[in-house]
Amino acid sequence: MDVQTGFFYLFSAVLLFAAFRVVTARNPVHAVLYLMLAFTQASGLWFLLHAEFLAITLVLVYLGAVMVLFLFVVMMLDINVDSLRAGFWKHFPLAATLGAVVAFEMAAVLMSGFRLAQVTPMADGAAAQMSNTQALGVLLYTEYLMPIQIAAAILLVAMVAAIALTLRERKDSKAINPAIQVRVKARDRLELVKVAVTQPAPAPAAPEAAAEEKKQ
Amino acid sequence: MSITLGHYLSIGALLFALAVVGIFLNRKNLIVLLMAIELMLLAVNINFVAFSRYLGDMHGQVFVFFILTVAAAESAIGLAILVLLFRNKNSIDVQDLNSLKG
Amino acid sequence: MSATLNASTLLAVPLAPLVGSALAGILGTQFGGNWIGRRLSHSLTILGVLVAFILSAMTLKDVIGGARFNETLYTWMVVGGLKMEIGFMVDGLTAMMMCVVTFVSLMVHLYTIGYMEEDEGYNRFFAYISLFTFSMLMLVMSNNMLQLFFGWEAVGLVSYLLIGFWFNKPTAIFANMKAFLVNRVGDFGFILGIGLIAAYTGTLNYTEVFAKADELGTLAFPGMDWQLITVICICLFIGAMGKSAQFPLHVWLPDSMEGPTPISALIHAATMVTAGIFMVARMSPLYELSDTALNFILVIGSITALFMGFLGIIQNDIKRVVAYSTLSQLGYMTVALGVSAYSVAVFHLMTHAFFKALLFLGAGSVIMGMHHNQDIRWMGGVRKYMPITWITSLLGSLALIGTPFFSGFYSKDSIIEAVHLSQLPAAGFANFAVLAGVFVTAFYSFRMYFLVFHGKERFDQNPDAHHDDHGHGHDEHHEPHESPWVVTVPLLLLAIPSVVIGYMTISPMLYGEFFKDAIFIDADRHGIMKTLGEAFHGPVAMALHAVSTAPFWLALAGVVVAWYMYLVNPKVPAFFARVLRPLIVILENKYFMDWINENILACGARLLGTGLWKGGDRALIDGLVVNGSWKVVGWVSSVVRWFQSGYLYHYALVMILGILVLMTYFVWMAK
Repeated sequence: MDVQTGFFYLFSAVLLFAAFRVVTARNPVHAVLYLMLAFTQASGLWFLLHAEFLAITLVLVYLGAVMVLFLFVVMMLDINVDSLRAGFWKHFPLAATLGAVVAFEMAAVLMSGFRLAQVTPMADGAAAQMSNTQALGVLLYTEYLMPIQIAAAILLVAMVAAIALTLRERKDSKAINPAIQVRVKARDRLELVKVAVTQPAPAPAAPEAAAEEKKQ
Repeated sequence: MSITLGHYLSIGALLFALAVVGIFLNRKNLIVLLMAIELMLLAVNINFVAFSRYLGDMHGQVFVFFILTVAAAESAIGLAILVLLFRNKNSIDVQDLNSLKG
Repeated sequence: MSATLNASTLLAVPLAPLVGSALAGILGTQFGGNWIGRRLSHSLTILGVLVAFILSAMTLKDVIGGARFNETLYTWMVVGGLKMEIGFMVDGLTAMMMCVVTFVSLMVHLYTIGYMEEDEGYNRFFAYISLFTFSMLMLVMSNNMLQLFFGWEAVGLVSYLLIGFWFNKPTAIFANMKAFLVNRVGDFGFILGIGLIAAYTGTLNYTEVFAKADELGTLAFPGMDWQLITVICICLFIGAMGKSAQFPLHVWLPDSMEGPTPISALIHAATMVTAGIFMVARMSPLYELSDTALNFILVIGSITALFMGFLGIIQNDIKRVVAYSTLSQLGYMTVALGVSAYSVAVFHLMTHAFFKALLFLGAGSVIMGMHHNQDIRWMGGVRKYMPITWITSLLGSLALIGTPFFSGFYSKDSIIEAVHLSQLPAAGFANFAVLAGVFVTAFYSFRMYFLVFHGKERFDQNPDAHHDDHGHGHDEHHEPHESPWVVTVPLLLLAIPSVVIGYMTISPMLYGEFFKDAIFIDADRHGIMKTLGEAFHGPVAMALHAVSTAPFWLALAGVVVAWYMYLVNPKVPAFFARVLRPLIVILENKYFMDWINENILACGARLLGTGLWKGGDRALIDGLVVNGSWKVVGWVSSVVRWFQSGYLYHYALVMILGILVLMTYFVWMAK
């Protein structure tokens, strides 16, 4: 067995173990950490497959950003840990069966169809001389230009959506919703009342009422 | 023995199966649900990269690129929703989220 | 012989009473605001019927002179190939019926002025009897089956309205519903017959149907080995059974005596009940083709003639005696139809109309005189107080029993002789029935006559006597008095034809040309009229010859027995009542026909209806189909609701299962 094969089995084993622990960890923080381990092993597998750029991207983007985000959220939420595991083992047999069926089916498909042992060399020679990064770059900037722009838009939308969902307004903010401000009409703010210039004096009812009261 | 394409694909398959089990088993923790989704995406990515390598086609890796993008966006929004959910219900129990019960 | 009658004259005949009825009925009642009073409404209606009578008499004169009319005046609609029209066919038969109907109606109109004087519904009554006249005229003058059916239904409707005239009396309401429903049963058969005719000939017009009659005679009823023409004839006769009150659809006629006496005279003696006889005579071309149908008619007629007569013997209500007499005489007419002596049947129809109307109106006059007591046990010796009524009732009774020279003699004896000569299978029983019927008729007629007009006065013995407030004064309280002229004049006018019309018209009607193109007889198979014609030597000879025939002596015996039992030795009826007790019970219960109808047929129908309602409508349709459909939907949705658990992981699971299924399908099955 050569080094590559050994590394393959090492990475695979750790990957599968980590994945298993992600779903079965009691503590959610542990689960996140196991997930990070899984991604690391996957990255290693990709190195074995000569996809360096993507391997590094996985580490940078996923481990560096997405998993950190997960950790932030897990640690931010005040979760009752103990209540999390109730009823776990009740569903385990069915889940295990389901998983086994999925795995078996996929393996059957793959093993029967894909027995490629040889690495097919790259189609054009130019691509074979380039590094992985360069080959990827060539494709992205020529054929996949439009999808890149769309991907950028998706990320923008995601960002805006995330902010819009979780933004809490400051309670002492005096900012006014511009939409409401624009729709205000003059008559909502100002009312003109016609008042007579002069008024007759009121009838002297008070002294008479007082006189009557005195009589009674 | 040398590592064939099948080996990589089996790894992907097993990873995917584990993630599915995780979705099904997890009734109490929404975060682990989201993490299981990430694992599924990872399994798919492994498949793509393996195919790209063994068939000599760069397009597979380009697709992984895009999947990574979308996965990142999706996990961001998913977590935002989770935070909002926690603010309103004060729990991340999946079994509490049955308002759409028919 | 091709002179035609004037269409406007003919149209005026039914329309004049209709106009009178409409004016009296709408303007004279609360419906129209009580605009016209009693005098005006009775004048208008009598004027209408008088116009109709005068025009009918003129038409009869023209018809005797050879004029005929057969035209369609108005096409109502054409459905498929079937034309629905209004038209008139006027020949000897029609002209005779028109005159009879309008004359009797005129008499009844006049009589009603006196009889219904104290009634609140005076104007309504006149409107109804004029409406009846219109309907009956449309019936007899029609030239197609649709108009016949219209007239048929209309007279049934007016009969219902009139029987229940005093609608606050529960017995009257029961009677009018009974009449209508039993008529309906007959009408059901009638409509089946009309439907069959329309289906197999494609037309409703008499002339066209009769032209195809021979063709029809060869067809067989589909699905059975019966002749089509037999089925048609029997179905049509079922309608006649309902309308003319033949056994077993006779049950409504005695109950119809709940209505005022004028209508008993008009409708249930002279005109409506004769509609069935008229119809069969009109359809004679069809009936001649089916011996089975004729035999059936003969059997039904004989049963009615005899057994209804028996019921007349034990009745104590004066009107009921005359009612059962009517039933029995209708049986006689039916028997005559059965032996293919259609002209004899129609002749008896005419004479019977006169003397039976006379008897009913006479009974009504007696009732008025006895201050609305109708029980003959508490009458007696009335002849001293009501001479005109007495004489006319005597004449009517003599006509009814068949006294020689009176009109009833000529028609009844012709029927008896015709039956005697018949070769049909049931002729033997019919012969016995009509002969025995003569004795029975004489007996009950004169029983009633002697109990009412002769003997000791028994007015004071009435236990149900009510103290009425006519304001006649106390001393005249229990003594009857003669009725006013509006009542006695119709009696006199009806007595005249009861006596003479038979003598005058027997030659032309039975053995002459009067019904030549109206009634068709297959002379080869049914040669009775020819044989009778050969033996006929004129009315005088027939009357003198009667002394040597059985009916004369049977009638005489009946009169003598009645005289003995009710005048000479009044204890004899009581003796017979004791000895023949079971028979009397059967007769009193009218052969239990009413009991069967009410408790078995009607009850059974109600049970069936209730059963179908509860089982079919409520349980099946409402419960299973209507309620069941929403319950099924509810049940299905409660099952489907399982999938909408609201849990995220359930949804994810379903998605994954779906993927698995698809994967399995595409990998293994869709190779």
